[in-house]
Amino acid sequence: MAKDGAAKLSKNLLRMKFMQRGLDAELKKQLDEEEKRIISDEHWFLDLPELKAKENYIIEERSYAPCEDLVFGRMSFRGFNPEVEKLMLLMNTHKEEEDDEEEDNVSRMETDITDEEMARRYESLVESMRKKFAKKRDRSAITKNKEDVNCDAVDNRPKKAFLKPQLIFV
Amino acid sequence: MDTIHACFKEKIGEVLLPGDVFSFRLSESGDGSIKTEKIICGPGLRRNGEEVQVCKSGILRHKQPNMYWIDSQQRRYVPAKGESVIGIVTAKSGDIFKVDVGGSEQASLSYLAFEGATKRNRPNVQVGDLVYGQFTIANKDMEPELVCIDSCGRANGMGVFGADGLLFKVSLGLVRRLLAPQSEIIKDLEKIFPFELVVGMNGRVWVKAKTVQQTLIVTNLLETCENMTSQQRQTLFKRVAEGSL
Repeated sequence: MAKDGAAKLSKNLLRMKFMQRGLDAELKKQLDEEEKRIISDEHWFLDLPELKAKENYIIEERSYAPCEDLVFGRMSFRGFNPEVEKLMLLMNTHKEEEDDEEEDNVSRMETDITDEEMARRYESLVESMRKKFAKKRDRSAITKNKEDVNCDAVDNRPKKAFLKPQLIFV
Repeated sequence: MDTIHACFKEKIGEVLLPGDVFSFRLSESGDGSIKTEKIICGPGLRRNGEEVQVCKSGILRHKQPNMYWIDSQQRRYVPAKGESVIGIVTAKSGDIFKVDVGGSEQASLSYLAFEGATKRNRPNVQVGDLVYGQFTIANKDMEPELVCIDSCGRANGMGVFGADGLLFKVSLGLVRRLLAPQSEIIKDLEKIFPFELVVGMNGRVWVKAKTVQQTLIVTNLLETCENMTSQQRQTLFKRVAEGSL
């Protein structure tokens, strides 16, 4: 190992952390700046003045469709092609919803089944589930009382309790 | 911003010729407020630096709040992004179809641009089929590209259509009248008999009705609609409706 003075040590060595622990803050700053200068010399940059992009307030639109609010191009009339008629409703209400954004309309979600049909199905579903878990005796009662929608008829029969079998001596 | 709209407003509804210029010099003080108001120049108007130039002859139209365009007539279609057109498949080459849309170049349609198409599951498209699609790229520097799905991947009525029926060409002005929101022609046609109609913005219309005769009647009515006033059209349609019943 050479016992020379600090001048003979290479720059890279001096830049290492263990060599810098003894340095002052000022010397550290100087070394940092030198490093930055070296890095920035290697990076290429454009020597132009800062150009500000001018904000465009004129927009060009090449198509007639947004100008005249043209509707969807596939059309079917009087039920000739039911799929296309469904499509027409879908695409044209889509467009209308975009226009009506200012009005606070709570638009109904598009459903495959109508609300009435849903209610009917739910009713029969509840009925069948009740029957499934009802006891045998109650099942017949349910079918009898199906006509009675308002539950007016109250079942007044006493519930049959368990009778212990007893020997009857004649 | 008022100066800009005022320049346009005095000419709304008037016939303009190519070369007419709308220029508005902005004062430096009012820069902030003016720049937030955008103006949309539709077809027929072109931006030239800070001016707006007319490049087609026609009538200036306006739509709230800030859209202006020139209403003109032509038969030749120029592809524009976002428009839905009817194309005829002319060739299959590799992964794309070449589609004739009536413009200066044939458009390309990738086979993956159909609903549910994958590399293994190719769409069933033959040469000579009619396709209803939208342009994703359409400018004067590049070949136009069509797709038959929307940005979510759904077909929405686009794709191959039409086993039967008749395809014919009309002017672009009539196409816009047919596709207008409350089109009178469509309302009158509806009353005659049930039929199906596909209108492409490139001037092509496809009609299908129950019999060949009905299809031809609808075709002839649409072709003659072009040069008739609404009065004449309504009398003609009434006569046809009575005749067919």
